[in-house]
Amino acid sequence: MNTHSAPTMPSVTIGASSEVLANRSKITAKNVNVFYGEKQALFDVTVNIQEKSVTSFIGPSGCGKSTFLRCLNRMNDTIPICRVTGDIEIDNTDIYEHGLDVVQLRARVGMVFQKPNPFPKSIYDNIAYGPRIHGLARSKTDMDGIVETSLKKAGLFEEVKDRLHESGTGLSGGQQQRLCIARAIAIGPEVILMDEPCSSLDPIATARIEELIDDLKENFTIIIVTHSMQQAARVSQRTAFFHLGVLVEEGLTQTIFTNPRDKRTQDYITGRFG
Amino acid sequence: MSTTSTMIGDRATSRAVDNAFVDRLKRRRTNEVIFICLGLAATSIGLIALATLMIDLAASGYPRLTADFFTNFPSRRAGQAGILSAWVGSLLVISVTAFIGVPLGVAAGIYLEEYAPKNIWTNVIEINVSNLAGVPSIVFGLLALGLFVYGFGTGRSIFTAGLTLALLILPIIIVATREALRAVPWSLREAAYGIGATKWQVTQDHLLPAAVPGMLTGVIIGISRALGETAPLVTIGALSFIAFLPPSPVSAEFPFISFAWLFEGFTVLPIQAFNWVSRPGEDFHSNAAAAGLVLLAITLLLNGVAIYFRYRLRKKLQW
Repeated sequence: MNTHSAPTMPSVTIGASSEVLANRSKITAKNVNVFYGEKQALFDVTVNIQEKSVTSFIGPSGCGKSTFLRCLNRMNDTIPICRVTGDIEIDNTDIYEHGLDVVQLRARVGMVFQKPNPFPKSIYDNIAYGPRIHGLARSKTDMDGIVETSLKKAGLFEEVKDRLHESGTGLSGGQQQRLCIARAIAIGPEVILMDEPCSSLDPIATARIEELIDDLKENFTIIIVTHSMQQAARVSQRTAFFHLGVLVEEGLTQTIFTNPRDKRTQDYITGRFG
Repeated sequence: MSTTSTMIGDRATSRAVDNAFVDRLKRRRTNEVIFICLGLAATSIGLIALATLMIDLAASGYPRLTADFFTNFPSRRAGQAGILSAWVGSLLVISVTAFIGVPLGVAAGIYLEEYAPKNIWTNVIEINVSNLAGVPSIVFGLLALGLFVYGFGTGRSIFTAGLTLALLILPIIIVATREALRAVPWSLREAAYGIGATKWQVTQDHLLPAAVPGMLTGVIIGISRALGETAPLVTIGALSFIAFLPPSPVSAEFPFISFAWLFEGFTVLPIQAFNWVSRPGEDFHSNAAAAGLVLLAITLLLNGVAIYFRYRLRKKLQW
């Protein structure tokens, strides 16, 4: 292991990764390859994702981090030319097993997208839709409770409690994204996948969502794809660095950002490319 | 000094460039104005043609629009002839057409757009659906004659007419449904799939509500077309001197609803108008014009209803 001076990196405060939690693996991926038609987007990705913590995927544009993220809840199934090979297990169940119900998988693994995409329905209906189709509420009171809890967990309840019947699309960008997070957690998933959730938000909204992620990690396994290394350093306990479809390095966030093993990682975090 | 002359040179060049720019700008603006005038002219031609048609019809036909005209059967005497059987026939036929054609077209459009695998067979079907829209309506009439009237034995009836016209407007509705579904943003589908909805739930709960205004447009176009069709209905045997109405759909005895009206002879407004206009004499010609006016009015009314629903649904959509 060559010793080298700490690379210059933008000043960050590293989050709660000082508590090194030895949680078990929630998701294990082995030799995952993804092809879009003839073009290969991911090469032999092998990684374990720890439970009840935040893992961030970083890397330059087009490196495959979003593609890998979307493999975890089989959203790539909606793209006809996309082919996934390899082994991905959540709680030791192969999610690409023949006959596995994708709907059940997506009820356990929720997703928040880059651009907030609330349904063109009321705020209440946005949150209530998931529980309704999965049959999670036995009565209107039950449903009201679920909606309120989800909005409170997402930190949105106070702002919208008087206008739950108004359209979800009438909210500001930051509020819409929090609505999407509330919608995702309303069905009680175990894992939440976030694909650059703050990239279309202003710094204040971003800060609120990062706070939210920090709270949520107590109960959910969170994977966040981000372009911002500062965000990864602030928010995650473990980080995985992708480059050109290859998982270059994965480890504790603190280690990746102060003492990376691979030269490519070091070049990326010091801003030599990306 | 060299710098001064360079500066003067530059100023002269930049002035020349400015002039060229201004000249060119004038030409660009002129082109824009020319295009606007051409566009206005093209639009006006359409509107003026429609207005002329309506005024012409109204001039000959309006005097004939009495209450009697609507409640009389056709007669050999022009003054006593009316369009009762014709407008009732038109409305009955269009109801059957819509009842069969719209659900079939919407379902086919949803299947082709959302469910059909993207392979060569689907492409073949897609091409053929577009082609169907261009098939001359008389061909549909011939098909209906062979298949429905003689083949299935449904007779020269309102039911056959409805079936024929439903086939005729099917491609219009399919294409409109597909376009409407395609226009729904992909992000909405992702959000719904991401929350664990099945494909049908995504379609029913998210795509269809967003696509209904577009589908309604297809329905409007289809119904307008079907109301004016004459050739296929003549082919399957619509008569033009009907002095009776089909039996009422409601009856006094059990089971209170009768479908006998579906299998009766009928006539429709375009056929009635054509029949009148082929007779000698000014009187029948005004009858024909009046029938034309009524047809126009019914078309505009049905379109208006559909447009109203589309407007309300678009407002409700909360994009």
